[in-house]
Amino acid sequence: MDRKFERLQEIIESHGGRVSHLIAILQEVQEEYRYLPEEVLTYIATAMNISPATVYGVATFYTQFSLIPKGKYVIRVCDGTACHVRGAEPIHFALREDLALPKGDSTTPDMQFTVETVSCLGACGLAPVVVINGDEVHGQTTPESILGAVKKIVSREQLKENKNSSETGCCQNA
Amino acid sequence: MLNSRLELDTLKKKALADIGSKEKRILVCAGTGCVANGSLKVFELFQQLLGEKPELAVSLALEKEHSHQGVSAHTSGCHGFCQMGPLVRIEPRGTLYCKVQPGDVAEIFEEHIINNRLVSRLLYHDDKNQLPIETQDEIPFYKNQFRVALANCGRIDPDDIKDYIAHDGYQPLAKVLFEMTPDEVIKEVLDSGLRGRGGGGFPTGRKWLFAREAGGEKKYIVCNGDEGDPGAFMDRSVMEGDPHRIIEGMMLAGYAVGADEGYIYVRAEYPLAVKRLHNAVETAVRYGMLGENILGSGFSFKVNIKEGAGAFVCGEETALIASIEGERGMPRPRPPFPAVSGLWGCPTVINNVETLANLPSIILKGAGWFSNIGVTTSTGTKTFALAGQVAHTGLVEVPMGLTLKEIVFDIGGGLRDNKVFKAVQIGGPSGGCLTREHLDLPLDYDSLQKAGAMVGSGGLVVMGEDTCMVEVAKFFMGFVQNESCGKCVPCREGTRGMLELLNRIANGSGTEEDLSLLEELALIVKDGSLCGLGKTSPNPVLTTLRYFRSEYEAHVRDKKCPAGVCKDLLDYRIDPSLCKGCGLCKKLCPADAISGERKEPHWIDLEKCIKCGTCISKCKFGSIVTN
Ligand SMILES: Cc1cc2nc3c(=O)[nH]c(=O)nc-3n(C[C@H](O)[C@H](O)[C@H](O)COP(=O)(O)O)c2cc1C
Ligand code: SF4
Ligand code: SF4
Ligand code: FES
Ligand code: FES
Repeated sequence: MDRKFERLQEIIESHGGRVSHLIAILQEVQEEYRYLPEEVLTYIATAMNISPATVYGVATFYTQFSLIPKGKYVIRVCDGTACHVRGAEPIHFALREDLALPKGDSTTPDMQFTVETVSCLGACGLAPVVVINGDEVHGQTTPESILGAVKKIVSREQLKENKNSSETGCCQNA
Repeated sequence: MLNSRLELDTLKKKALADIGSKEKRILVCAGTGCVANGSLKVFELFQQLLGEKPELAVSLALEKEHSHQGVSAHTSGCHGFCQMGPLVRIEPRGTLYCKVQPGDVAEIFEEHIINNRLVSRLLYHDDKNQLPIETQDEIPFYKNQFRVALANCGRIDPDDIKDYIAHDGYQPLAKVLFEMTPDEVIKEVLDSGLRGRGGGGFPTGRKWLFAREAGGEKKYIVCNGDEGDPGAFMDRSVMEGDPHRIIEGMMLAGYAVGADEGYIYVRAEYPLAVKRLHNAVETAVRYGMLGENILGSGFSFKVNIKEGAGAFVCGEETALIASIEGERGMPRPRPPFPAVSGLWGCPTVINNVETLANLPSIILKGAGWFSNIGVTTSTGTKTFALAGQVAHTGLVEVPMGLTLKEIVFDIGGGLRDNKVFKAVQIGGPSGGCLTREHLDLPLDYDSLQKAGAMVGSGGLVVMGEDTCMVEVAKFFMGFVQNESCGKCVPCREGTRGMLELLNRIANGSGTEEDLSLLEELALIVKDGSLCGLGKTSPNPVLTTLRYFRSEYEAHVRDKKCPAGVCKDLLDYRIDPSLCKGCGLCKKLCPADAISGERKEPHWIDLEKCIKCGTCISKCKFGSIVTN
């Protein structure tokens, strides 16, 4: 068994393998792998002694869970009421254009960025709101301001790339 | 560890004396909004300055006793006025500084803290006469508010249990544990007239009575912090800004119905609330305010925190129970009601965050005090999240029964950019719209229901004349269609059908028959759905049809969007006689649809234009027009 499943086992055990903790387990697992690979779901089902259909059912029911890999930076544009009426759509559009996201896809081919919409982040007073990787909240955004934030990330990434140009492979630290 | 009521009182006295001994108390808002605007840096700088002036500073360490004069800096929860953040409040004077940037800290420190002079430029300036306003309570946004659930938000440090205790925290719990029987507690809540703030408006005392009378050893209290209404953030504010109040509310409920365990179900998108709640639970356990034999009373209570995973329907109580149990959050038919058979089949009281946040005050000040606020059938206060085209967006708490006009114009400051009021959408996707004719309507459960709307969670979106009501209805329909759990055919297919019709109406291919079809479908969805999501989902459509039918008709008959919003029905053009060729629109257009040389009139390529409206909102010469 590779390291991947070791960590998985740890998470399941820290919840005592309780079925009522399935959502919390999936949340922690997703935090670890950034998405829920199919073999991981199967493993969880076996380890918790429940049917794969149950695990799969829960994983597909909640929008927080993703069965496909997401980018390193997940940009969530709020399209809750407050943000919608203050112009969330142009921001969403500008991001998709700027990152050249193909129609129907929400992640860039290089796996750097995922762009999604979300219904309210609870910072409605700062509408329109965009959040990057869960806790970097940008308020009162405009298409220009958010593209500026993306640009910063891109140049930061390039800098890193140049620094360890010898290193190859995945940036995941799982 | 507090082992008795006396020890709680002693700690309260000490904490109060501590606050009283301070010459000044600096509270830097650390709610989600202000943090996003950089308030933590501001807080750090205050701490740093205090560190450089040890004679002023008071140790921030929790357990130290200090009786000397001094100044202390704390973080606080959201004030509801996030638009003006980062906010810094300075007590005891109650001064509120707005939009405080790191570069302003030194000046506030030097002037206000050391020299007792106000920094006028950072004060809130009156909208009308532009004069600076000295204290927070005098700002129009706050003047007509009446804060019960939000009383401590922005006034205490949510991460410091002693601050909560100093502000009467856990006194109500001590009162019920040592002075009241569970029946007396329920009677007090019944008499207060408190109704659920989560949308349903069910009398809280009645719900508790059902759970108390239900048999069984094990009972649960569940705090519903799922806050699904997109655009409402009152529950987030309380969870972030005053987490102990929620824990205390749950314990009051627990004592009344005979439950010894509770769950707080928090929305996935609220990481800061989750953090603060965890911290509050841990501290409460450490202080003996949660756990076994609380204050030596024999009453025990335990609180667990569950994070949601992003499904609006989980706010519905039976779905929420399924979700806590680790399953897909799908509603099930009631009865049995959760009060009889809820979490793991045990009697369960589910209350909304704001409902619970009212309870400590009701117990402390009495049912009579509470029922005197508001109107007869809707007592107490309600928080509203003001959003949209209103000058002051934010969170407000007002007595029930204030009129729409008072909220939008007196507190909200009217519409921004001199727009003309057209409507409000109240209660989120389950609610409806109100129009100019409702400006004098008192906002309470019953008046709103009569008008076809509902208090709901308290989302209040203000719309100006340039808002298209068809687009608004379409927006909410898109939301519920996306969130329908799919269990019932009328909800799953009906909302899809309604959304399709609305899309057609908005893109110009709708017919007049579509309008009647829309109404028919609305009734089918309303009658045939199992849970509130489906049942109430047609409300935005029905009310906009009721009050703005002519606007729908313009879309289907004349293929026009009178508000100039529905993209397919309008083209953007640049009026060459007005265009100065400044190039701003060209630079900002996300679709590269604008061309033109500097100082020459520009033009828009209609093929490329995605009708985002950026150019029209940014052109300084008003030269971009729609047909
Ligand atoms: C689709 C749907 C979503 C709901 N979302 C919430 C919510 O986010 N928060 C909430 O407190 N109540 C929500 N409710 C209402 C709950 O079912 C329940 O009535 C409420 O939590 C009871 O608490 P209260 O009596 O204190 O209001 C929702 C109901 C439905 C039908
Ligand atoms: S009404 Fe809609 S959301 Fe509610 S149970 Fe039925 S399908 Fe699910
Ligand atoms: S409406 Fe938007 S896309 Fe069209 S020209 Fe103006 S800025 Fe460009
Ligand atoms: S609607 Fe966008 S943060 Fe609430
Ligand atoms: S977060 Fe500071 S006022 Fe809302």
